[in-house]
Amino acid sequence: MTAQIPLVDYLVLGDAPHLQANECTSCGARYFDRRNACAGCFGTEFRKVDVPTEGEVRAFTIVTFAAPGVPVPFVAAVVDCNGTSVRGNLINVDPDPEHVSLGMKVRLATYSLGLDDNGVEAVGFGFEPA
Amino acid sequence: MADDIYILGIKMTKFGKHPDKDTVDLASEAAMAALADGGVTMKDMGVLAAGCLMGGGGIGQQIQKQIGQTGIPVFNVSNACATGATALRTAIMAIKAGECDMGLAVGVEKLAGAGLLGAGGRAKSDKKEWTPSGRYGAVTGTDGRIGTDAMPGTFAQVGMEYGHKYGGASFELFAKISEKNHAHSTLNPLAAYTKRMTLEEIMNDVMIAYPNTRSMCSANCDGAAAAVVVSGSKLKTMSLEQQRRAIKVSASVLTSDPWQEACQVLPDVNTLTKVAAKQAYEQAGVGPEDLDLVELHDCFATAELVHYDNLGLCEEGGAVDFFNSGATWRDGRTPVNVSGGLESKGHPIAATGIANIWEVCHHLRGEAGDRQIEGAKVGLAHVIGLGSACGIHILEKSALG
Ligand SMILES: [Zn+2]
Repeated sequence: MTAQIPLVDYLVLGDAPHLQANECTSCGARYFDRRNACAGCFGTEFRKVDVPTEGEVRAFTIVTFAAPGVPVPFVAAVVDCNGTSVRGNLINVDPDPEHVSLGMKVRLATYSLGLDDNGVEAVGFGFEPA
Repeated sequence: MADDIYILGIKMTKFGKHPDKDTVDLASEAAMAALADGGVTMKDMGVLAAGCLMGGGGIGQQIQKQIGQTGIPVFNVSNACATGATALRTAIMAIKAGECDMGLAVGVEKLAGAGLLGAGGRAKSDKKEWTPSGRYGAVTGTDGRIGTDAMPGTFAQVGMEYGHKYGGASFELFAKISEKNHAHSTLNPLAAYTKRMTLEEIMNDVMIAYPNTRSMCSANCDGAAAAVVVSGSKLKTMSLEQQRRAIKVSASVLTSDPWQEACQVLPDVNTLTKVAAKQAYEQAGVGPEDLDLVELHDCFATAELVHYDNLGLCEEGGAVDFFNSGATWRDGRTPVNVSGGLESKGHPIAATGIANIWEVCHHLRGEAGDRQIEGAKVGLAHVIGLGSACGIHILEKSALG
């Protein structure tokens, strides 16, 4: 089996791919990046928590003009996963206002970003219509 | 009690393309014009605060070398699109602290022909090997793979989020906001673009990040703006003409993001604006209903909508109805962006936070010519720098005027 590496370290691969957040143990604030202290309460202890893989689109845009090297069009969105806001692209859907809408139900999905020179496959994530 | 603060002199350059001038030329032009407008010289200044976001450091000292080196303290400030407002706020703080009685604030940028702001990939190495780096342990650039880093799409989502929460925000509605600002710009000779655009032209323009087409995005351009601020006690010793044209700064507020769920997933431009607005209205002792005009940060048409709400110009959740009522057109109840706004006047980043104050002062002084809002007495200027920083100034006509 090909060795895999996630696009970002908060994407957990395996049989049931999901996102994992750093949750502040004192106030419950969730972060996807590494934190020195909690921006909400200044606490310094965090635990790993799994983020629900299903959610609802709270905001989106269809980007048709981007920096060099960034393929367009793509749909950027904020997905509300049962109270945890997640940034991600909407994938496996036509990138137009007829097929993407506010409030639509989506679920996490992964896709290949290709192999590197060592034969390791990078895997990205997005959200697809549920 | 701290002394009152007044704008004594203020000027913006023409916004647009200035291929024959560098940032120091533009900044010097604005600074010298602001000093002349106030009837003072560099000799009177006790502090200089300056910003040029995309330039290197030290713009303040570079300006001094062209307009007068007097040994005063210089603060070089950088606060994204709120850089100009931050420079002004810095000069005001020095006066309020009693360190001097007059100061100069300058903002300048050269952006004509610049591409997309905010977006940036990372350099690729020759050998391809997925290696996690950064705080997210990303193995490659995330712009375009995990949402968008560029401004048009970021602010598109800000507007869409508002639409999701309260309803009624369609592509056409956002385009109508842009139609208003482009219509307003036809009366502003200093705007980068002064062409009236029809709703159809705006909606059929090149799509950048749905629902923002090109004409719904702020215009990259060159420009500078500068302001001279003075303490109330010093102003009393000056000529009647200076006192008559001086504009009272009845509130000067700068905020950053208080932590909110999701504020690091999609920048929250709402909370810090609401907090700044509340503080500003309290400081000034006025309410949104007292405002004769507002210059707010329409970096994208989608942003203008949410700031109607954030600044309390309408009821919570009522921004769509408020706009549809015609309230924000120049003949409406609360004219917004009569300068043409960032979408047509242009957005030379560090200059914007002083240029919007110049626009308000111009009306309060009764000097706005064809686009004068008749009888304007109180106005508000707002900027947002993503990251975030929010600057709000409330300005009032002189009692002598
Ligand atoms: Zn916490």
